[in-house]
Amino acid sequence: MDKVLGDRRAIALFVLPTLILFAAIIAVPILLSGYYSLLDWDGIGEGTFVGLQNYANLLFQNTDGFGKSVVNSIILLLLSVFVQLPIALALALILARGIKGEVLYRTVYFIPVIMSTVVIGQLWLKIYNADYGLLNAMLGSIGLDSWKSDWLGDTSKALLAAFVPILWQYTGYHMLLMYASAKSVSEEIYEAARIDGATGITSALKITIPLIKPMIEVCIIFAVIGSLKIFDLIYVLTRGGPLHATEVPSTLMYKSIFDQYQYGYGSSIAIFIIAECIIFTLILQRAFKSE
Amino acid sequence: MRRNYISLKGGWDIKMIGLNIVLVIGMLTCLYPLIWLVLFSLKDNNEIFGGNIAGLPTQFLWENYKEALIQAKVGVYFTNSVFVTAITIAATCFLSLTSSYAIIRMRWKLSKVTLNLLLLGLMVPQHAALLPLFIILKKLSILDSYWALIIPYTLFAIPMGVFIFSGFMKGIPRELEEAACIDGCNIYQILFQIVLPLVAPALATIAIFTYLSSWNELMFAVTFINSSSLKTITVGIQTMVGQYSTSWGPIGAGLVVTTLPTILIYTFLSGQVQKSLIVGAVKG
Repeated sequence: MDKVLGDRRAIALFVLPTLILFAAIIAVPILLSGYYSLLDWDGIGEGTFVGLQNYANLLFQNTDGFGKSVVNSIILLLLSVFVQLPIALALALILARGIKGEVLYRTVYFIPVIMSTVVIGQLWLKIYNADYGLLNAMLGSIGLDSWKSDWLGDTSKALLAAFVPILWQYTGYHMLLMYASAKSVSEEIYEAARIDGATGITSALKITIPLIKPMIEVCIIFAVIGSLKIFDLIYVLTRGGPLHATEVPSTLMYKSIFDQYQYGYGSSIAIFIIAECIIFTLILQRAFKSE
Repeated sequence: MRRNYISLKGGWDIKMIGLNIVLVIGMLTCLYPLIWLVLFSLKDNNEIFGGNIAGLPTQFLWENYKEALIQAKVGVYFTNSVFVTAITIAATCFLSLTSSYAIIRMRWKLSKVTLNLLLLGLMVPQHAALLPLFIILKKLSILDSYWALIIPYTLFAIPMGVFIFSGFMKGIPRELEEAACIDGCNIYQILFQIVLPLVAPALATIAIFTYLSSWNELMFAVTFINSSSLKTITVGIQTMVGQYSTSWGPIGAGLVVTTLPTILIYTFLSGQVQKSLIVGAVKG
């Protein structure tokens, strides 16, 4: 057995293809991104090395809405954590305590999670359409004509309007994670609580939530990272417009690179996004641990 | 736990009714936009723009689907997506299986380091690799081909595959493999004839996970593919919306077609699909 499991040729055949491709497609590109971010480069010919100039432009010059894009992603982050997660938690707690139709509800809530973001974005574009959209039609039919609006075209409403499809798509995911965690809490604990007189809301607040805290923390980290690197939905809905009202760092990165050929500058945004994700994750993990 | 909410008489109490109303509202919020989508995919512009936005179509215009699939080439995009996704799933499962087995069961010095390196890949956002990958694929002359999607999709899916397989393999007793070895099986027979059937549940999880990530992917697809004949469905739909901006029916039909395979898979395997995404989160 030892001889078979130590077969170097088999080990190489099993691991090397993956490792070589992993290096070429993931490891090397990430290092290259870091290197490109130090260049002034339009993608044609050689770039010139400019050190941290791109980062300085990014953080201090702020001519292209980078500051705005970071603020927007933070707003989405706060909305996700403080609006989306509480809704998901409430649904998870209700479902996990056993209710008629539990499986049906869970199954339906999860449908948007598995759909393509492109489909969801296009569908919401139609819902938000100023002239023929479902939302304005519904407002009109209940006599709220004055509330009608060009939801994604109005700079004061666009970001909030873009958040609603995010809420629609991902609440089911967080709900499912917390639900699965709450379901794994042993029945005896609830039994003991009931003998002590804790039922319904008390038992959810005092028993279930503390016990599923690790999963709530995972959900918070997911929601935070998801908001910081959000791309698909914003790209489909508004491409960051109008006037940067829904701009997020990743749409700005995409436009810098592929519309304006600022390869160096765009790469510095990419590195910024990764750094931001790592820093937020570390801070949150530390905060959760020290509690 | 059920009895918790049921009053002594066995009927429903007020709280129970309230909770059910909340849950039903949630369910309608999830479903209604989708129902509306199916409805407008069967209408013509006169109806949509003439005031019948939310109601049933007066006649079901199946031509919209024909228009979307053939004239708007959604059929081509769909086929491309099926091809890319199928190869990606197969490649991800195969490569994750072989490397996880070598890492978890076989004996070599750097196995632990390799595992940690691959798992680090779970943390990498695709953004980080977008531009360098674009340049590398261009240099390799595979930009604007199926491979420009299959290879990156596979590699970005492998960390999750290795994570799931390696966790699963640790829990399998070694006796079967030892017996197979004594019977004279070589390492390849052990892996593919003895271990593979044992890890089949993990394989299903990985396949579903990989399906969802590659079928729905947009950023790479929009960047690495240019030819209309090679576009996958997510980019194809974006193109189609550009061309058909004023006729909603065919666009709706395209969106329904895009979602159909996912809904079908979900209908038959909803438990398995939910489990796949829970497993994916436990890594956190």
